[in-house]
Amino acid sequence: MSTLLQVKNLKTHFFSKNKVLPVVDGVDFEVKKGETLAIVGESGSGKSITSLSIMGLVPKPGGKTVDGEIIFDGTDLLQLSENEMFKVRGNEIAMIFQEPMTSLNPVLTIGEQITEVLIYHKKMSKKEARQKAVELLKIVGFARAEEILDDYPHRLSGGMRQRVMIAMAMSCDPKLLIADEPTTALDVTVQAQILELMKELSEKFDSSIILITHDLGVVAELADRVIVMYGGQVVEETGIVELFDNPLHPYSKGLLGSVPKLDEEKERLSSIGGNVPSPDNFPKGCRFVTRCEHAMEKCLTEQPELKEIYPGRKSRCFLHDEGGNE
Amino acid sequence: MTTYIIRRLIMMIPILFGISVISFAIMYAAPGKPTVMDLDPDISVEAREAQMERLGLNDPPHIQYINWMSNVVKGDFGTSFTKKQPVRDMIADRLPNTLILMIFSTILAIIVAIPFGVLSATKQYSKLDYGVTMTSFLGLATPNFWLGLMLIMLFSVQLGWTPVGGVSTLGADFSLLDRLHHLILPAIVLATADMAGLTRYTRSSMLEVVKQDYIRTARAKGFRESTVIYKHGLRNGLIPIITIFGLMLPTFIGGSVIVEQLFSWPGIGKLFIDATFERDYPVIMAITMFGAVLTVIGNLIADILYAVLDPRIEY
Ligand SMILES: Nc1ncnc2c1ncn2[C@@H]1O[C@H](COP(=O)(O)OP(=O)(O)OP(=O)(O)O)[C@@H](O)[C@H]1O
Ligand code: SF4
Ligand SMILES: [Mg+2]
Repeated sequence: MSTLLQVKNLKTHFFSKNKVLPVVDGVDFEVKKGETLAIVGESGSGKSITSLSIMGLVPKPGGKTVDGEIIFDGTDLLQLSENEMFKVRGNEIAMIFQEPMTSLNPVLTIGEQITEVLIYHKKMSKKEARQKAVELLKIVGFARAEEILDDYPHRLSGGMRQRVMIAMAMSCDPKLLIADEPTTALDVTVQAQILELMKELSEKFDSSIILITHDLGVVAELADRVIVMYGGQVVEETGIVELFDNPLHPYSKGLLGSVPKLDEEKERLSSIGGNVPSPDNFPKGCRFVTRCEHAMEKCLTEQPELKEIYPGRKSRCFLHDEGGNE
Repeated sequence: MTTYIIRRLIMMIPILFGISVISFAIMYAAPGKPTVMDLDPDISVEAREAQMERLGLNDPPHIQYINWMSNVVKGDFGTSFTKKQPVRDMIADRLPNTLILMIFSTILAIIVAIPFGVLSATKQYSKLDYGVTMTSFLGLATPNFWLGLMLIMLFSVQLGWTPVGGVSTLGADFSLLDRLHHLILPAIVLATADMAGLTRYTRSSMLEVVKQDYIRTARAKGFRESTVIYKHGLRNGLIPIITIFGLMLPTFIGGSVIVEQLFSWPGIGKLFIDATFERDYPVIMAITMFGAVLTVIGNLIADILYAVLDPRIEY
């Protein structure tokens, strides 16, 4: 499989009066054509800002991508002008968000919101765009697509709105779809349907997906590979089976430990004590040092690097140097 | 929707009735007698009494009110004490002048306020934002009559660019240019305060809107910032502004009282001032009721526009 997206040493910082917050601080990963890469990590670890950096939509004022490369299909997106990025966004890279209830414009009809993308990027006529919109709505599971077209978003449920968002995102046949917690805000039953739909569509359209989630169940369901983020950095990158079988990084182990197992009597929702450090006081050494049960002297002062431990598996921890990662 | 409008129109009746009672009471309680009584110092006591009797001013207040009201429901607003003309004709004569001034200054307020409000919001904390904010506070704080006087001093007296007052050059044939020439200063003065207020409202409404998730969605679709702001943002941001605008409608009448006086603009506002000085009760009541009707209609228009612009509202 060839590589579609390569993110190298991505740094996106937030600047306020007298502080610099290294919210995304040297992130590396790649996405191959047709694969689904999951990004997991606790709240505040920089997942959303990483994905917004790829889109070139870092929140302003304050946020800025200060370093790195984002090589998409052979071009570094960070080198593109804003005018050139307009052709990439929504066309070659599309994004769906966590909040289906508020992500659609309340004063425009569903039809308008889907067709405007097609008219803009694919230069379709209004009529062609409408036909295509009906087609797309059918694909995402609306039996009476023609009727939905003239409805306003407030008439739809959260799950239906997320389907509309997906239809909108897939409308230009993007090479990459970024889904930032697409199911978190939905009912459990609806979650499963939406995930099923995404899986189907990624196969049908042969697009790659970056799936951001808290939910390791979702990861197991959909992803081929996974990166684990902590404190604005990637701490582990690995295949999906390997992650569940044998996580390398102490943080990944903790995360897996925090997935409630059905046969367990007590639900241990968090086996990692403490909280994610906030970007304005990241520890000087390893970012995980405040919560790691294996922390050593060295971890306090030096930053471990993300290294390949086994072929295709990377981890950022000094333990691997010591030769003991179990 | 139609039934809703009809219901609202019916609801206006008791409101307007209440306003008429209160206005009548206030007007009656205010000191001073209709000046028509004092015109001729030689007028005899008997003649004066006869005059009072003829105008019904000797009746107890509630009888006067009932007499007035029973004529109003028949569409008769009485005869001016001083001008001896039917009030309806006097208002009909002057209404076009006031409407022209109102409409022109409204348009002026909108075309200045909305773009500047939007710019101010999208470039929050920029120099432009501070400039717009400062200017609009100045505009809000400047009294109309003072601003009017200053503009007359500068443009009419010093520079001689604009006429000092009136709707058109006396004796000249009708010309649009001449009308506009006369209109521009009073319209600017009348528009200032509302322009400033509207700019502030637009700014805060748009600041709220640009934080919304659907704006991020629009950006993620690859749209240019202008499409994002004007197509996806402004449609939403305008909804609360429209409401405020409907509520502002009657303030134009209030403002026109001062501006018309200042620029000798023969409109309703000037008529109102003159009538107040002369205690010309029928004229005062008619214009007060006109303002009241404008207020409730402004409210209704705001609500209707709200429903038209916001698909989430259903009646
Ligand atoms: N506009 C902003 N200004 C300043 N800091 C921000 C801003 N947006 C995000 N951050 C900070 O960046 C960090 C990472 O945020 P991000 O939204 O990427 O986290 P996340 O991993 O997506 O978390 P979640 O799971 O809660 O969505 C957080 O500490 C957050 O406080
Ligand atoms: S480097 Fe040290 S502190 Fe960091 S995860 Fe490894 S053992 Fe824990
Ligand atoms: Mg997030």
